[in-house]
Amino acid sequence: MTNKYLSGMKLGQLAVIKNVIQHSEDDSIARRLRNLGFVEGEEITLVSYGPLGRDPLLVQIGFTRFALRYSEANRVEIR
Amino acid sequence: MTPLRVALVGNPNSGKTALFNLLTGSRQKVANYPGVTVEKKSGMFRVDQDKKWEILDLPGAYSFDTDSLDELITKDVCLGNVAGEREPDFIVCVVDATNLRLHLRFVLEVKALGIPMVLALNMSDAAKARGIKIDVARLSDKLGVKVIETIAVRKNGADDLIAEIKQNPPQTAAKMMDSTDYHAEVRQIIVDCVVMPSRTSRTDDVLDRIFLHPVAGLLILAVTMFLMFQAVFSWAAPFMDMIDSGISGFGSVVESTLPDGPLRALIVEGLIGGVGSVVIFLPQILLLFLFILILEESGYLPRAAFLLDRFMVGAGLSGRSFIPLLSSFACAIPGIIATRTIQDPRDRITTILVAPLMTCSARLPVYALLIAAFIPDQTVWSLFNLQGITLFALYAAGIISALIVSFVMKRVRRGLHTQSLLLELPSYRLPSARDVLIGLWERGRLFIARVGTIILSITVVLWVLSTYPTPPEGWVGVPIDYSIAGRIGHAIEWIFQPLGFNWQICVALIPGLAAREVAVSALGTVYAISAAVEDPTAQLLPIVSADWSFATGMSLLVWYIFAPQCLATLAVIKKETQSWRVVLIATTYLFGLAYLASLLVYQIFA
Repeated sequence: MTNKYLSGMKLGQLAVIKNVIQHSEDDSIARRLRNLGFVEGEEITLVSYGPLGRDPLLVQIGFTRFALRYSEANRVEIR
Repeated sequence: MTPLRVALVGNPNSGKTALFNLLTGSRQKVANYPGVTVEKKSGMFRVDQDKKWEILDLPGAYSFDTDSLDELITKDVCLGNVAGEREPDFIVCVVDATNLRLHLRFVLEVKALGIPMVLALNMSDAAKARGIKIDVARLSDKLGVKVIETIAVRKNGADDLIAEIKQNPPQTAAKMMDSTDYHAEVRQIIVDCVVMPSRTSRTDDVLDRIFLHPVAGLLILAVTMFLMFQAVFSWAAPFMDMIDSGISGFGSVVESTLPDGPLRALIVEGLIGGVGSVVIFLPQILLLFLFILILEESGYLPRAAFLLDRFMVGAGLSGRSFIPLLSSFACAIPGIIATRTIQDPRDRITTILVAPLMTCSARLPVYALLIAAFIPDQTVWSLFNLQGITLFALYAAGIISALIVSFVMKRVRRGLHTQSLLLELPSYRLPSARDVLIGLWERGRLFIARVGTIILSITVVLWVLSTYPTPPEGWVGVPIDYSIAGRIGHAIEWIFQPLGFNWQICVALIPGLAAREVAVSALGTVYAISAAVEDPTAQLLPIVSADWSFATGMSLLVWYIFAPQCLATLAVIKKETQSWRVVLIATTYLFGLAYLASLLVYQIFA
């Protein structure tokens, strides 16, 4: 089964986060994502896109909405 | 007795600053932590007649496991690790009751610091309205921390908190959690203590569908910006006239009371004239701040950053650069100060470097003079006014060059790690008048403090340069011509000759370094128009249009799009970046662009 990522979600789709991919030993972006609640088992919805090229993405975890760029969303694995 | 020292910590958008404003009112002090540009806010809360608490509003933080300067400072202050800062007696950790899933995780991190604390469950009214039921006693028990409900935007919204602190100020450190998996811990706490009805706020859903719509959203943003500038310029006009006549009235009072001499000239022409030429922009700047604050408090500004991020990334900036650049249309100085909200150091420097390209209000008097002198007042395509189009083109030229410059900078530094946005879009809120007014007061004060000292010293120096040495008896010509500034002007004339600048312009450029608009009055001085004249521009107009060629006029107009003609801006860049290198880069590239563009324009039209 191929891996699915937050960046490939459809508008309004609900998914569950599997993992945040770490690019290096001390990856501050991955750490930040985890601290903000992008952790395994968390439900996430894709709420909206930016007006140009589906970037940035607007997602919701719990009651919180976050804007993140495609490159950031591309490292959030979902199932 | 030293006052109790209380530190407010919490996530951004937890209402922490609103609580701080509620407690301290206008008795606030804003400074910087030593050596960094992180804002230090403190204030006094009067408990009763002879008892006060010192309240610290620490920078908002999502986590202490971080590289962000703001968050590290927050942690260090809590632990008493900042030199010259006494360790707080205890912490009030502020959370948004409607956003517990995110905020409670940070509470656990704060708890792990092992400092006495109490939890302020803020916006408890909004939580109730949304049907979120929180078992406060149980939450308190689970966390091992006293939990008090607050409503920071309501007048008596912190009374319970105050009463609790008065009765039993937190003294012992909260008991530690067993695990360090904060997310799991938070999930368990929420299951135990909170009943959540629906997942989302309907208002946010509806508003985001409108404001973030790819077409309607951008359109709303454009219209909002347009109306904002329209209001800034038209509403500020009467106040600016008032300040203008107030300053000249004050000047003539001083002139008639002091005996004639160099001291009088220094005070009237140097100090009052020079500082007055900058203070006059205060109404515009404050109005712009007012609008920005309202947009910020309502939660709209992060949405604007979201909408524009992709466009700005394409140009080498970030969505977060939008607000600082917007402020720069009033004046680059508050814009540069506002870049503190940009976390990525590279994005921040790029934003600072292009901020002076936004057409600030000090350029308008120069533009007004030159446009009136050289662009015919006629209608084109039976709809637009040619002068208006020219002004619009000047604004557009500034924006387009900023985009090009930042794009080039991005290319130059290519290959570095990917940038992150990760922006929280908070719930929409009705801005509270108190928070907006306190914010306005604070920013206005910071601007005056920054500008006041810098402008004061610069205007004095430039005044001395353009006054001394005084011409000898029988000197034909204007006195400024004999002064150091006059001589410098003549000395640099050969440099500017290819741009079509005559010696009068070159001389006026020197005092014009104080603020761009000073160049207009300096031209008046060079052309020997008495400074006492009510409206020097009107007097200057016929001289300029007769004496200068069209090509010279256009060349000078273009010069002002780019030229680093404002020493105060350069001084603020130094202060905010702590780096002479950035100042040097800014000066060189702006001067280079100005020179090339003016050269091109002059050679085309001449």
